[in-house]
Amino acid sequence: MTMTLSLARVLHGASGRPLSLREHEVAFTTLVVDDLFEELVASGLAGRGGAGFTTARKVELIRNQRSRHKVVVVNAMEGEPIGHKDRTLLSANPHLVLDGAEFAATMIGARRIEVCVSRGDPTIVHHVERALRERARRPGAHEFVLNTPPWRYVAGEESALVHWLNDNETMPQYRPTRPNVLHVGRAPALVVNAETSAHVGLIGHFGAAWFREVGTSSSPGSTLVSVSGAVERPTVLEVPLGSNLRALLREVGAIADPQAILTGGYGGAWLSARHLDVPYCDEALRPLGAAVGAGILVVLPQDACGLAETRRVVEWMANESSRQCGPCAFGLPALAEDLGSLLRGSPDARAVLARLQRRCSVIEGRGACRHPDGVVRLVESALRVFADHVEDHVTGRPCDSLAPWHWVAVPEVEHESELIWQ
Amino acid sequence: MSRRVEHIVLKVNPILCDGYGHCHELAPELVHVDEWGYPIISDRPTPTSERSVVESARLAVRGCPRQALRIERTDDPR
Repeated sequence: MTMTLSLARVLHGASGRPLSLREHEVAFTTLVVDDLFEELVASGLAGRGGAGFTTARKVELIRNQRSRHKVVVVNAMEGEPIGHKDRTLLSANPHLVLDGAEFAATMIGARRIEVCVSRGDPTIVHHVERALRERARRPGAHEFVLNTPPWRYVAGEESALVHWLNDNETMPQYRPTRPNVLHVGRAPALVVNAETSAHVGLIGHFGAAWFREVGTSSSPGSTLVSVSGAVERPTVLEVPLGSNLRALLREVGAIADPQAILTGGYGGAWLSARHLDVPYCDEALRPLGAAVGAGILVVLPQDACGLAETRRVVEWMANESSRQCGPCAFGLPALAEDLGSLLRGSPDARAVLARLQRRCSVIEGRGACRHPDGVVRLVESALRVFADHVEDHVTGRPCDSLAPWHWVAVPEVEHESELIWQ
Repeated sequence: MSRRVEHIVLKVNPILCDGYGHCHELAPELVHVDEWGYPIISDRPTPTSERSVVESARLAVRGCPRQALRIERTDDPR
């Protein structure tokens, strides 16, 4: 049973540097299960990049494409500024992620594997480069290519990433029919998140039964979580899906009585602290409007203003829009503006609130990608979870928590001119 | 068993769309515009028996300066 939480072994076993290929092979043996695809189906693994789509179904879709050339794309872009799981994984054991990519390539019959790491993170790029050099010295059926697209929030969206591989543009593409097969050149592409790939690696080594030893029946396995906010120190840790959220937070030294938890990421949702005893998995979180998403949790203390935190995130997300679609390019800045005016307090606050709610429902589902939907989800959850506090703002009692300190870390916008709506 | 009725849905490619608003003028039954001038298209399928609506949808597709619209056929009236 010491093997159960194996990503944890990956994360804590390393001595501050990535495992070399030899160390990796000693740790994970070269054992590979008989039928990789069978095992993947049996494992019930869901993608860990945010959408939570069943990996086996994604693999099957590409596997069924009739094409001589196929490609696996490993997505380690990690667009969420408060997410650190892919980075942590790659700096602890890049080979596990690459193993998973090789297994996936074997399943769909691909030779080429494109590994995408944001160039904003030179240390991680370096770790991956080194790991790929080690692999190149060894005979293998697969050819790895390292790509370093610039870091932007939407650059990690799978169609944006494929767009980058094709045309050096990190912009999402319009995909009217789903499921939709993305192509790199003419090759059908299987895009997998780095953590998902690591899980595929583990399943390939140890099998589906082993993978399902932890987690719930509909959310099997474990997942990496990046916890920040009112905690002793921001941490990436591995937890079985379905763990008690309160216990999970206690483990990282979170304050005992938070006001709310941000789940999923910037495009996620607030969860009221009333629901702290919920199991951490989608089937329990979804009915509460929250989700595991990209495995991000931010703890918000009692004295913080959830509305102010939300506004900062929305403002940043509006700025990160690729501005291809009108409802996103104009709608998100409008949401940020409404939140700002609610925060400052204004005589027509009631009308502003109504407008904000109307705008949310107008924007949703009208972009080419899910970027605007995520922001809408965040705003709607904030209005729901902090309803009492919103009411204070609306009735002319704006809070004085305009503290310079914030709990949800948001990157600085580099140039004032980047804020297009001003 | 009733005869299968064909339906159409008007779809916009939001990346191509620049909010000219011609579609709203040409097919007001199907298209509204939001406060920024971008189309909000009804996602309720229209039976092809409603000739005038289908004709407006055609006009909208032809009249879009960005060629961002298209008509999708569907059997599923939802």
